[in-house]
This record gives sequence, C-alpha cells and structure tokens, in this order.
Amino acid sequence: MTVDESRLDSIIDEYNAEPGSLISILQDIQAEYNYLPAESLEYVASRLNIPRVQVFGVATFFKAFSLKPKGKQQIHVCMGTACHVRGSKRVLEELERKLEIKAGDTTENGEYTLETVNCVGACALGPVVVENEEYHGQMTPIKVENLLNGK
Amino acid sequence: MVKSINELESLRSQIQSERDSNRPRITVCGGTGCHASGCTEVASTFEENLDSGGLANKIDLVVTGCHGFCERGPIVIIFPQGVFYQKVTPEDVGEIIDTTVENGGIVERLQYKDPVTNEIKVKEEDIPFYQKQKRLVMGNNTSIDPTNVNDYLAVDGYSALAKALGSTPETVIDEVKRSGLRGRGGGGFPTGRKWESTRNAPGDIKYVICNADEGDPGAYMDRSILEGNPHSVLEGMIIGAYATGANEGYIYVRNEYPLAVANITTAIRVAREMGLLGDNIMGSGFDFDVKVNRGGGAFVCGESTALMASLEGKPGEPRAKYVHTSDKGLWDRPSNLNNVETWANVPLIINKGADWYAGIGTDSSKGTKVFSLVGKINNTGLVEVPMGMTLREIIFDIGGGIPDGKAFKAVQTGGPSGGCIPESMIDLAVDYEQLAEAGSMMGSGGMIVMDEDTCMVDVARYFISFLIEESCGKCVPCREGLLRMGEILTDITEGRGKMEDLDLIRDLSEVLKDASLCGLGQTAPNPVLSTLKYFEDEYVAHIKDHRCPAGVCTELITYSIDAGNCTGCGLCLKKCPSEAIMGDKKQPHVLDVEKCIKCGICYDVCRFDAVSKE
Amino acid sequence: MSQNSQTPRGEMVTFMLNGAEVQADPNWNLLEAIQFYGIDIPTLCYDEGLTPYGVCRLCVVEIGSGDRTKLVTSCMHPVREGLEVRTHSNRVIKTRKMIMELLIARCPSSKKLQDMAALLELKEVRFKPLNDDCILCGLCVRMCEEQMVAKAIGFAGRGTDRYITTPFDMTSEECRRCGACMYICPACELRCQGPQAETVLCSGCINTEPVCASEYGDAMCFMVPCLSCVKGPEDVK
Repeated sequence: MTVDESRLDSIIDEYNAEPGSLISILQDIQAEYNYLPAESLEYVASRLNIPRVQVFGVATFFKAFSLKPKGKQQIHVCMGTACHVRGSKRVLEELERKLEIKAGDTTENGEYTLETVNCVGACALGPVVVENEEYHGQMTPIKVENLLNGK
Repeated sequence: MVKSINELESLRSQIQSERDSNRPRITVCGGTGCHASGCTEVASTFEENLDSGGLANKIDLVVTGCHGFCERGPIVIIFPQGVFYQKVTPEDVGEIIDTTVENGGIVERLQYKDPVTNEIKVKEEDIPFYQKQKRLVMGNNTSIDPTNVNDYLAVDGYSALAKALGSTPETVIDEVKRSGLRGRGGGGFPTGRKWESTRNAPGDIKYVICNADEGDPGAYMDRSILEGNPHSVLEGMIIGAYATGANEGYIYVRNEYPLAVANITTAIRVAREMGLLGDNIMGSGFDFDVKVNRGGGAFVCGESTALMASLEGKPGEPRAKYVHTSDKGLWDRPSNLNNVETWANVPLIINKGADWYAGIGTDSSKGTKVFSLVGKINNTGLVEVPMGMTLREIIFDIGGGIPDGKAFKAVQTGGPSGGCIPESMIDLAVDYEQLAEAGSMMGSGGMIVMDEDTCMVDVARYFISFLIEESCGKCVPCREGLLRMGEILTDITEGRGKMEDLDLIRDLSEVLKDASLCGLGQTAPNPVLSTLKYFEDEYVAHIKDHRCPAGVCTELITYSIDAGNCTGCGLCLKKCPSEAIMGDKKQPHVLDVEKCIKCGICYDVCRFDAVSKE
Repeated sequence: MSQNSQTPRGEMVTFMLNGAEVQADPNWNLLEAIQFYGIDIPTLCYDEGLTPYGVCRLCVVEIGSGDRTKLVTSCMHPVREGLEVRTHSNRVIKTRKMIMELLIARCPSSKKLQDMAALLELKEVRFKPLNDDCILCGLCVRMCEEQMVAKAIGFAGRGTDRYITTPFDMTSEECRRCGACMYICPACELRCQGPQAETVLCSGCINTEPVCASEYGDAMCFMVPCLSCVKGPEDVK
C-alpha cells in the first residue's frame, strides 16, 4: 500500500505537527486507511521529529490501532461487565463459529473483522454488538445469524 | 463576544425572556442508550411530520442528553404538560403529534405502567425510578440541547464562572474545600486539596486536565454527562483553571464515545466564539483554553500518570507518584486532573454554595453520585442519588429489583478495581468509606447487579482477564502476577483447581496490592478477594465437586434433553451448530454429549422446557 | 525532585534505616542511600548510570510506622527527612520472594535469576514455567537511549504481549551495533554468546553453556546479522 503524503501532511498539519498529538494523528490516519500502514508511521515519525521506536510503541500499545488492514464490515462485541453477566461470551463464540475466525481476526475474503471491546457504554441494552457503528442490543447467539444476514 | 460579566447577564436575561414555558416542545432523548434503541429515526420522523404538517415554527423539537432511564428508550417527553412516553417508535410519532401535542390528549399504550402496581405514571418525576433520585449533575440533561449554548445559559449556565472570576482563586478553592467534594473517578481524593496543591506548586505553566477516558466496563455516566451537558464540564474546568492558576487544559476522552467527542468539541468552539474561553475571559484578565485529545483505547489511561504520558504522545504507561502530579505532571509541570463528573459538580458548588452542597450526603462523602445501574436489574440506567443511600434503596426502590423473579446475589461496584458485595450487606449505605470497608470501592460508579444465575468465580475470572488485557505490562507484579492469577482462576472454572490454589491466590493478591506500580495492579485483586471472602463456597464447589452452582462455567456443565418434555419439534436440532442433537420428527430428541460444544443455543430455543443443564 | 532540590547542597537529610539514624545526600534515591550504608538488596532493572525505571519491584522497602506503612520501590523514592525505612521486614521479604517466583517461572534458565532466587531462599516455583528469555527490565532500552543516544530499540505491545524490539520489528536503521544492550542485559546468558567468546562484544557468555542459542531466531540481540554470533540467518533452517 502506498500512502498519499499530501493527505498525511494535511492530517499532521491540523495538529501543528505537535508530538503531543501523536495519538490523535494516528487515529485520523487509521480512519483514513482503516489501519496504520507502516509507511505512514515512518512518515509521522519524521514529520513530528520523534523516534520511530516511539511511534511504533504507541501504535502497538493502544487497542484502537491496527497495523493490519481491517475488514469492510467491523463487528465489535462488547465485553463490558453488564454485557458479560448477560451472556456476551456466548454471543462472541457464536460469531466466531459463524465467521470462522477468532476475535481480533479478519475473514480471508476481507469482508469481516471481529473484535471485542471493553464496554461501549450502552450497558442498558447488553449484550451489545456494534456493527459498523450501528448498535444491536439484547443480542443472543440465536440473533447472530440475522445480524450477519443484515436482517 | 461576551466582554464582561454584565454582558453575560444581559445576554442571559434576553434568552430567558424570549423563552415561553407554555410553548409546545417535544424532547427526544439522544443519549447512547436511546440512540441504540433507535431515537435518531424517532427524532427525524418528528422533524418530517412537523415540517409536512406546517408545525415546525409553532412547536420546538429538542434532542437532549441522556435521561438515565435507558431501559425504556427511546424516551419522548411532551411539554408543557410533561407527558412521558417510553419505547417510542417512528410509527408512534404521528399519533403523538395529533393526540398529545396538538390536542392535549394521551397515547396510553406509550405510557409508563408501574410493573408492580400497574399504575400509570404520566410524568417523568412520578415514576419510581426517578422519585428517589436527586438529579443535580444529570438534572439539566433532560431539558437542554447539548449543542445549543443558549439552552445552557437559560438554566444559569456560566453564572458560576462569572461568580468565580469575581472572587479570588483562594476563595474558590476554599469554597470547593468546604463543600467536601471528592474525586468521582475512583480514589475519592478531596478535590479542593488537590487544587490547592497545584496552586501552591512552583511554576508558571500549569495544566488542568479532564479525565474522560471512562474505562470501567459497565459504567457510562461520564459519557452521558459529556454528551448531554458538555458546557457544565467546561465551566467546571474553567473555574478549576482559574483557581489553580492554569492557562491550558486538556480533555482526554475515549474515542469510542464519538457523540461525546462531537458535543464537547462543539461546546469548546462555541465557548471560544463567545469569549468564555481564550484570552481575557469576560474582561477578567484571565486566559484559558482547552484542547480535546482522543484516547487510543487503554483502560490504564484512566490512571493519571498514564493519561498524561499519552497526552505527551507516548504509550500510556504510569510512573511512580512519589512526587505528585500536582508538582510534576504533564510535561513535568504542575497538573490538576479530575474526571468528568467531578468537574460537572463544580459549577453547582460555586452557584449554590459549599454549605448547601455539604448538606447533602454523609459525614465523609458529600453531594450526589451518579451510578450506572446495570446487569440483572429491571430498571437499567443511570441514577443519581445522594451519598449514603443504601444499596437496597438503589437496587430495589429505584432499580425495581431483579427480573424474572430471580434472587439477588451480589452487586459489583467500582469496576475492575472494586469488589462484589453480597446480599447480606444490602443495607450498606453507599459512600467511599463504607464501600472500601466492604472490600470494594466507589470507583467511577458502575453498579452491576448479579442474580442467582451469575457465577462468582466466573465474575472474578472475567475481571482478571479484563485486567490482563488492559495491564500496561510495565511492572512485574501486575504483568506476571495477573497472568498467573488468570491461569489459576481458569483452572478452577474448568475443573482443574486445587484447594491450595486458594492460598496461592491470596498470597499473590497481597503482593499485587503491595508492590504494583499503579492503581490498576494495586486494586486488581479486589474482585477476586471479595468473591473469595463472600462466596468461598462457590470456589470450593468448583474445586472439590467440579460443579458450577450457577450453571455458567461451560466446562463444568452438561446439557441433556428430557424425553418426557421433548415434542420432537426439531428446532434445537436445526439450530445446533455442532450437529450434536439427533432424533426423528415428533420423536424425543437425543443430545450427544461428546459432540456438544455447550453453546447453549438448544437451551435458549426450546419452547417446551425439554433442555436442561446441570 | 522538587522537594529535595530546595534543600541546599551539602546539607544532609536524616532518616531511620533499619532502626539506625543515618544521613544521606538529599539528591539520592533510597536505593543509593541503602547501598551506601552497605545493605544489600536485590534489584534487576536498576543501573546507576541510567534513569531509574522502577519496574522489577525487587528493591521494595517498607516505609512508615505503626498502622501507616507501605512498600515503595527504593530506586524511585527520594530520601526524605524523617523517613523510617526497613529493608528486610517480613512483608518486604515475602514480596521479593513472590516477585522472584514470578520472574523465574517466566525465565527459568537464567543464571542470574537462579542466583538471586537462591539468595532469597526461594525453594519452590508454583507456576508453570514459560521458558522465556526476557524479563522486560528495560535496561537495554534505557542504555540505548540514554548512554548510546541511538533510540534503536524500545517497548512495543502492552501487558502480556509487551516485548522489546526495533521499530516495526525490522533491522533498525538507528542501531550502530554497539552491543551495549547485550552488555547490560541481566538475563542474557542464553541469548548472545558466540563460540568465540573472546571476540564477542559483551563477553557475558564466556563461562556459560551451551555456546550459542540453538536457533538464530532465539537470539535476542537486535542486530541482523548478529555480530556476536557467527551464525547468520542463512545458517538457520
């Protein structure tokens, strides 16, 4: 993947190339490319004038960042406490079976990425599955099939 | 631009005089809970219907912040009557406009009916869920549009700032100290004293920081405050900055909260345009501005030094606090960090006075606290109560008890740093000290209710797994100790536990508490120790009898089909993902234990009570 | 340390160390003072030439009196007037032993850890051995950054996935192959020794067997090819 340096520049300039804005900058890049291409990280390190190893450390420390491309459809299963006591683990397991991937992985055809998230703050509706920013509340293993079929 | 305090007050009078409290107004709750239940469609349908009916200039439509009663969302309230409607769908909108807005009638099927007495409650304040609450911080959420600063000004917004700027920083600090306000994010450190340390610390450049990296799973009050009333948080921060002598502020907010990010960003922009942020605020000579930084998704960043590290563009790793952050915090400069709810309390204290505030709550814990009441509870949602209310009142009177006639087992407070409080202690009055004494803590205010179907060993393992994932890995006790604690708990939940494991857990817990670098590791044993203290019998059942009394731990349960109840409908056979169920149509089915992966789907789908687990 | 820097130079602070009244330079940390008075306490992540990091937690000591006591890492805690410090209380010993038990379960074959465990009289390891080779003390990272001013290696990942690596897990352009990271590694006996001990950079391996990591991929130095090891990637299947 080649990255568009002018696009990166406009993101970086929005934060005046401040080292303190590294996380925000990486978030915007991730939003742009769906992941963090290695070249973009190299570029950010040189523009912000910070060690490459620091950029790599930040990019691998925070859960929001991915160094691998993500699927077109992103499914986040909330594993917050409220969802846990209402059975989110069983919902996750059913999604893993149906998609034939483990949490954190992307299907081979690049269609789905399945991830867990520690509380999306919609505890009243638990168990919650967020599909491309759309919230699905009161999930059960049985409802998983409909969710994947877009029903 | 508001150039002086007088200008602010005349602007306020003008806004208030233009408002007619008898004008019809439809408010739709736009909090995350209602959002997930479809309030956006409800609001847009209202808008379309008002437009097409030519009513848009006669009737106001406001999308407000979270009302707290998320269980019943989407929530719509019709003013001036104050009629409360719950679980509203876009299909109901036309009828609501015709019946209630235009003709003052009631759509009965959308009203709240008390599940116990069957009594219909017309107004929000009549509903038992709200009656015992004292909504100070959350109070304005239901009436204001968070993106409209005029709404905030109309309810006396920024008058506390005006008052603070008119007095000395020392007076402001003294007021906060006397109010007894303590940090709402976890530790409960007295806020006024924290401010004073920062003020007294040497240095010209100081910072105030708002911790909005609400990471406790099962807690979402900060999200709702920031989404629903962002100006109140901002006002608190400006007052805090004035008091501590800071000219720069940061809000570190979870990126998983897009609406909160959007609303606080709008609030900052508007405040800047109005001159409530920036240079020479309202002619006072005081300069202050705020930046929003979005978190990268790390629970440990709720720890102040880790949060500051990530504000500096580094991995969110904590450091030793033998020198306090009030002396050396962000970029080694004096920094004062409080969480969202703490900041939102500040304008109330300045406006109504320390004595008023200190009159609410218990001896050691003043004011109110917002809790997220979730889990196995009827009325799920956010509740704000005076400190000192008992768990029983919160869970049964406000929360409406446990669903499906199940028995209450425990309530977990304080998130991964807290503990489980058993049924025998249900009359405990909730404040910082009482919760700590019970082996839990206030934390940020998550209250997860558990019933007889919750396995306490599984809960302990859940929290430890959470913390293993969230530990930064910097110090040995937390990184290695939690990993081992997780191994032991997994062994127990999968039937490989030994009685001596319980001693090892206790030894490990001591070391984690004593020797971990930051609060994450120091408090990590709480969920384990509290469940071990109050529910040791459940641990023993797992270890000695290889049995999970609550029927949760999959390795220890088996599913079977009761031939007497099975009608041979074939539903379970069709749904079983592992082809473990066999049987002919209309003949009792059989479950092959060897093939069963214990997903529980057959148990969920069976309509004849024929699948049992033990 | 802001509090200490206010004390004029030359003026000593007085505190209690294991019941005896002692004096120390206000700019010292507790560990420096403790070592100055000849008391031996274990530490793995501390080196006097590097910024204290406070992560191995082996140098914990107990401070305070009566009901108000706590453990602090002596390498991070400044000396302060009137402190009461105990370096070998029961609580301290119990904590150090458990930490050592955790470390040795992680890296059972490290000679250094074995020796330290023996000194702490650790007799039993109750956790499953992981046969890892890095204890994440971060000495190499600080060495590379502070003494060699290279910033060629650093931490990546978090929690149990934390590891030390070069940027993007690739040969580091910043690395000058100085070998300082290997020199300072306290757990590296199995990691970087070559068969010609006299020519290797750190010489830490002279007395140890086996002579080389069994697979090149096990080598934990950050140089590709590893200059201290005669094997190159091509030698490894």
